[in-house]
Amino acid sequence: MLSIKDLRASVDGKEILKGINLEIKPGEVHAIMGPNGSGKSTLSHVLSGRDGYEVTGGSVTYNGGDLFELEAHERARAGVFLAFQYPVEIPGVNNMYFLKAAVNAKREQEGKPEMDSMEFLTLVREKMGLLKMKPDFLHRNVNEGFSGGEKKRNEILQMAMLEPNLCLLDETDSGLDIDALQIVAEGVNALRSPERSFVVVTHYQRLLDYIVPDFVHVLAHGRIVKSGGRELALELEEKGYGWIEEQAA
Amino acid sequence: MSSTAQELDHLIGKEYKEGFVTDIEAETFDPGLDEDVIRRLSAIKQEPEWLLEWRLEAFRHWQTMVGPDWAKLDVPPIDYQALSYYSAPKSKKDGPKSLDEVDPKLLETYEKLGIPLEERAALAGVAVDAVFDSVSVATTFKDKLNEAGVIFCSFSEAVREHPELVRQYLGTVVPQGDNFFAALNSAVFSDGSFIYIPKGTRCPMELSTYFRINAANTGQFERTLIVADEGSYVSYLEGCTAPRRDENQLHAAVVELVALDNAQIKYSTVQNWYPGDENGKGGIYNFVTKRAECRGVNSKVSWTQVETGSAITWKYPSCVLKGDNSVGEFYSVALSTLKQQADTGTKMIHIGKNTSSTIISKGISAMRGSNAYRGLVKVTKGADNARNYTQCDSLLMGDRCAAHTFPYMEVANPTAQVEHEATTSKISDDQLFYCTSRGISEEDAVSMIVNGFCKEVIKELPMEFAVEAQKLLGVSLEGSVG
Ligand SMILES: Nc1ncnc2c1ncn2[C@@H]1O[C@H](COP(=O)(O)OP(=O)(O)OP(=O)(O)O)[C@@H](O)[C@H]1O
Ligand SMILES: [Mg+2]
Repeated sequence: MLSIKDLRASVDGKEILKGINLEIKPGEVHAIMGPNGSGKSTLSHVLSGRDGYEVTGGSVTYNGGDLFELEAHERARAGVFLAFQYPVEIPGVNNMYFLKAAVNAKREQEGKPEMDSMEFLTLVREKMGLLKMKPDFLHRNVNEGFSGGEKKRNEILQMAMLEPNLCLLDETDSGLDIDALQIVAEGVNALRSPERSFVVVTHYQRLLDYIVPDFVHVLAHGRIVKSGGRELALELEEKGYGWIEEQAA
Repeated sequence: MSSTAQELDHLIGKEYKEGFVTDIEAETFDPGLDEDVIRRLSAIKQEPEWLLEWRLEAFRHWQTMVGPDWAKLDVPPIDYQALSYYSAPKSKKDGPKSLDEVDPKLLETYEKLGIPLEERAALAGVAVDAVFDSVSVATTFKDKLNEAGVIFCSFSEAVREHPELVRQYLGTVVPQGDNFFAALNSAVFSDGSFIYIPKGTRCPMELSTYFRINAANTGQFERTLIVADEGSYVSYLEGCTAPRRDENQLHAAVVELVALDNAQIKYSTVQNWYPGDENGKGGIYNFVTKRAECRGVNSKVSWTQVETGSAITWKYPSCVLKGDNSVGEFYSVALSTLKQQADTGTKMIHIGKNTSSTIISKGISAMRGSNAYRGLVKVTKGADNARNYTQCDSLLMGDRCAAHTFPYMEVANPTAQVEHEATTSKISDDQLFYCTSRGISEEDAVSMIVNGFCKEVIKELPMEFAVEAQKLLGVSLEGSVG
């Protein structure tokens, strides 16, 4: 599904990613943990095609093609989805309208006709039900005035509607209360399938109790310095990052 | 009407049907402007003596005036003696012979706006006889209006058929000498629209120049007069969202609205004339005087405008709130990109008691565009309990564009409540990336964000117009990012 080889990227001439290697197969869930400022969000931005990053080396292959050949919107239509660490407010743009535009952009790419309003409404209501979101969120503006936790839930709603192949979740758990964490995790688990892969960035092992990963990686100073199974997360929770950073140094 | 006037009308009407059209076709005045030019113009249009006198009075006044001081605009000097003040309606042979001869850029825009093929040809001025079947549309339309007693015709026709109405109201809202361009227009206006809605009548449909035959080439000095008699209602749509082929660079129109007791006028404009290129070359100078008088009690006028075209736009649709409890509204979106300059806003003059006004202005600047809101809220001494709410929002795209806000307030009555809010925001990279990361193209994202910004104004437009205006904003901004 996704093959990252020695990926290097900089911002404003400053190298942030210093040779990332990661292999993700269909159906796998990879957790990425690591200290603040280590490059986790940078990695997810580079993968989803945000402007302002310069890829200075390495390659990323997605479903057999060069990911960097595609622009951000093309990657999204090809099934890459990023749940933002800080979802963005878009004043005046209706949440439902936005969601529909996104869904139809993807359908157009796939040669399908636009989803009709009834079908769309039925589907979105069902997904909102799963995420325990009140229907009035559809009629509000995109993320405008949403609480931190509501924004995160809205990200997962978009993901559920778009049914991506590769889901990048950047600290989706931060800002969620205990109940919401469980609801969101259930929402994610409902999407798990043998064809769909997840990269879950988190600081807390607790999320991984709900979304059980196949692999856990530690990203520090722009490199993956340790990889393991889900037990690595427990070890990190206990010991912090210091010992790994020492090992890596 | 006097019997001589009737006779005259009859005569003119007859002349018009025969010979008249062919007569004027041959004629285009040499450049230059003096009293003789105005006399010839009035004679060709077979106008009554009072109208000629009215024009001459305006001209004499105009000669004593100097052009306005363009606060925020960069206006090259205009040589008024170099313009021709009468040109026979463009005959079909002057237009392009087929769509192949039309500027491909124009056609591309039509396509993006989803204009049907037949209409594209009409807009581009192609010389096809029955380009599209507007005649039958117009006929059923006319029947319906006649039934309701509504008068909707060209200004020249109104002067011939309803001279007493024209004479009663012409220049009562915008006097001949009101400002430099209004005076010029009063002296040399070519044609335009006239609407009269009788007492207690709700106009059975939205009126639009689009359905008025011959509306395509009303020329550069257009004159519109709308009178809503007691208890009537009318909604008027001006313009068309598609850019028109237009050879005139200077447009100096005058629009006068009169609302009598309990009457309501809704006036919507979408202006999309040629803006010139990215260096400001070519393009229309749009200097318009639009004013409404809420003359009667409980009367109401709403101006809604979406301004995306022209190289320079200078207009301040205004409301004079004379009647007690009268209401004035102004909803505006002005977009300037390339090297366009827009200086627009409104004046709300509160004179009657318990009058209220609302101003919502949305300015969008992109590339090297410059946008200024200039608004005056004036509460006169006798205007007890006047209310005004003003909101001015600016949206900037990029670093080379500009937005300015100039709210003026003159309050001479202590019971007035005047509120003003202003914001300036930018389309952020974060917002664009958020949209593109959901599969929405950058162009669609910009259009979506801009339309979100303008929502409060767009929703005031009649439905079909609103849809077109949204598309238009997107198309006008293409290539403005990145
Ligand atoms: N425009 C920029 N200019 C300079 N440095 C930048 C820029 N953008 C990001 N960085 C730096 O890149 C580094 C990696 O940032 P990133 O957001 O990827 O970290 P993170 O691992 O997601 O951290 P967190 O856990 O706090 O979310 C940080 O040191 C950050 O300051
Ligand atoms: Mg981060």
